[in-house]
Amino acid sequence: MKLNVNGQEHEVDAPADMPLLWVLRDLIGLTGTKFGCGMAQCGACTVHVDGAATRSCITPAAALAGKKITTIEGIGKDGDHPVQRAWIEADVVQCGYCQSGQIMAAAALLKQKPQPTDADIDAAMSGNICRCGTYQRIRTAVHRAAELSVAAK
Amino acid sequence: MWRDHSDLSGVVDELTRAVSLTRESGTSRRAFLKAGAATSAGLVVACFMPLGMRRVFAEDVAKKPAQTLPNAFVRIAPDNSVTVLLKHSEMGQGVWTSIPMVVADELDCDWSKVKVEHAPAAPEYKHTVFGIQMTGGSTSTWESFAQLREAGATARALLIAAAAKKWNLAGTSDCRTENGFVLCGDKKASYGELAEAAAKLPLPTNVALKKPEEFRLIGKPTKRLDSKAKVTGTAEFGIDVKRPGMLVATVARAPVFGAKLKSFDATKAKAVAGVVDVVQVPSGVAVLGKHFWAAKQGRDALIVDWDLGEGAKISSEGLRAEYRKLAQIKGAVAKTAGDVDAALKAGKLIEAEYEVPFLAHAPMEPENCTVEIGKDGADIWTGTQFQTLDQGLSAQILGLKPEQVRVHTTFLGGGFGRRANPTCDYVTEAVQVAKASGKTVKVVWTREDDIHGGYYRPMWLSRLRATLGKDGKPAAWAHTLVGQSIIAGTPFAAAMIKDGVDATSVEGAADSPYLEAVPAHRVDLHSPTSPISVLWWRSVGHSNTAFVVEGFVDELAHAAKQDPLKYRQALLPEKSRERLALDLAAEKFGWGKPLPKGHAAGIAVHASFGSYVAQIAEVSVENKQIKVHRVVCAIDCGPVVNPLTIEAQMQSGIAFGLGAALHSELSFKAGRVEQSNFHNYTVLRSNEMPRVEVHIVPSTDKMGGVGEPGTPPIAPAVANAVFAATGQRLRQLPLRLA
Repeated sequence: MKLNVNGQEHEVDAPADMPLLWVLRDLIGLTGTKFGCGMAQCGACTVHVDGAATRSCITPAAALAGKKITTIEGIGKDGDHPVQRAWIEADVVQCGYCQSGQIMAAAALLKQKPQPTDADIDAAMSGNICRCGTYQRIRTAVHRAAELSVAAK
Repeated sequence: MWRDHSDLSGVVDELTRAVSLTRESGTSRRAFLKAGAATSAGLVVACFMPLGMRRVFAEDVAKKPAQTLPNAFVRIAPDNSVTVLLKHSEMGQGVWTSIPMVVADELDCDWSKVKVEHAPAAPEYKHTVFGIQMTGGSTSTWESFAQLREAGATARALLIAAAAKKWNLAGTSDCRTENGFVLCGDKKASYGELAEAAAKLPLPTNVALKKPEEFRLIGKPTKRLDSKAKVTGTAEFGIDVKRPGMLVATVARAPVFGAKLKSFDATKAKAVAGVVDVVQVPSGVAVLGKHFWAAKQGRDALIVDWDLGEGAKISSEGLRAEYRKLAQIKGAVAKTAGDVDAALKAGKLIEAEYEVPFLAHAPMEPENCTVEIGKDGADIWTGTQFQTLDQGLSAQILGLKPEQVRVHTTFLGGGFGRRANPTCDYVTEAVQVAKASGKTVKVVWTREDDIHGGYYRPMWLSRLRATLGKDGKPAAWAHTLVGQSIIAGTPFAAAMIKDGVDATSVEGAADSPYLEAVPAHRVDLHSPTSPISVLWWRSVGHSNTAFVVEGFVDELAHAAKQDPLKYRQALLPEKSRERLALDLAAEKFGWGKPLPKGHAAGIAVHASFGSYVAQIAEVSVENKQIKVHRVVCAIDCGPVVNPLTIEAQMQSGIAFGLGAALHSELSFKAGRVEQSNFHNYTVLRSNEMPRVEVHIVPSTDKMGGVGEPGTPPIAPAVANAVFAATGQRLRQLPLRLA
């Protein structure tokens, strides 16, 4: 099958039921997208499909021909996406394992709601579990990313 | 399941020796944690450090002449970059930043040029107190503080000596350092220029350390050095490791603790596209595939027949009944004073039963390990808290010497204790799979494997009885704890179980500062056994005892018709560190001031891992749902290295503990764990995260830890607030309103 990931075409030989997560990680070699639960409960595997936050662990790659897939590796250049910059400024990460998914979820939220309230953030991000409990700094960072996005325009 | 400790003898010897060293010096792990770094650790550092440094120094100089100025902890390259070799594992707690701060401050180098690497498994990197290379017990910063300051200062002294030699100076007294340069008069040389020459000089003795007022980094809010890698997806976790020709494996493990494999049929599994091999290992049956999906689909198609054995009879209900019975009788006594039984009869008896469930750590990164067996040894890549044991146990399985097993520590996608267990279950299993298959292999656990995989925080039940004196203070206090011992049957037992009491089971209860104010008291323990494997879960015994002790003290305050804060203040000595934390939290919270309608506050203070933490939770209850709005947290952890880390770890510990207080429960029915993934093993999510305010008590007292101490007080603070809001005293976790 053919997949467009981060603007690049990839020809992959994968079983029809193979979730995008494992195609990305084990076949294409993009390991920034993480495995956490395998049933869309934790959000660690979040990527964008045509701009929308998508749980790659339950999405068969075969269904994504012709769509644009963006992963954490493709969201910015050298960490320059406003969300990534805000994450660094707010010193968000701890173990860091869930953060690819958190950042992809936050970036999708900001596309829909450029100035989210705390309630918007909670609603959009409660599907992304962080066992280190970085939620408070994530809130701060999403607000900061909103400011940085405005400044960049 | 595979829970046999009997094959550990070789490594165990080494570990036992290391642990008994700590015992011989007249202290236990807990005592160490209380004693802090300044005394006990300092001595050990003095014994180990110079020798270890000298050895690595010599080896590295011989092997890598271009690397210049290497020692066990610092490498300086010609481009002026300074690489700190981190002997601890970064699992979120921030050692990737706070430990290099300590080295860099004494080295006086340019912080922007500091890089960090996980150190290999080697004797030089042993924990200065525990004697093996490991990360745990909230010890990293204090156990290595003296050692790493000395490492930085030694490197600095050598650089100065090299500069003096280069400039033909008679001595070094006119030289100083500044941000990665040695300066003398109008002469200036960078560390990178001097490093190679410095490495050839003899090690100085008695290097001078900075005075605290000279610190440039220590004590200053400093941002993490691993942020960029972690926000760009480039940070390498164990699960991301890829080796040439590597296969990915999943393992079918016993569905019930203690079950034994009878037979298996791999026909259908082998027919799955991408499955390469199926092999039996001590823990079960491994399916190896070209990628995870094949290995997982293959395992789903595997037919395995298990002899379930006695483990199939385990149920949480049965355990509860057994524990209740035990709690009625006196167990092994951990602490006692006065005539408790007489004192309990002398007044109106207040009695309560508290209970906490089994818990899984559920780190975001499921367990995994990659093993490559070569001609001259083996390589292991994994996120681990226990390098020495991983190395030793793997060497034993492979018939190698420990130094032939090279352990490459990756970032850990959370640890919380799960990645430090005495059998190194997920590492030794991967070694077995590699050995049985002859392949380079990465074994990956699913979330279900993780939740079902054992090594749980034990279920504990407590029975408490007390009477009050005329002043309302407790006159008698009896606390009987029932729960599986974490330490029994492990190499740590000889050092940490005394007179039938596992120190980790009663920590926070037997050494509660409240007992000092109670004339007659007794804390005793029953440690029933079961096939269920148990382990330290962030804050270990304190995750239970803080909930119990702080809940019961709140009950006594209520019985005495006194304010919960004032009652505690009256029981705790005025200058005690618990009291300092408690008073600061109360002041910052505004205890006693009116709260929004429907809101109520609860308080808890608890010491663990050498630090003293008070938390006040503001909650409301609606439709039996507990909402925590705000938590004010005060900590006295002694001298501060990185305030940003302390704040992060308090937030983190609170989130972790709050998830357990409100949601998490692992239960058994017919031997099977009833939960399987995050839909029914529920943890805290972002919409439930309260606003957490962290305040640090200014302190020059002994340095304590910060990774765990934030967790224990939150459950009792919330439970006590729920009581204040509703009048319902909840004595069981997770908290559920009637």
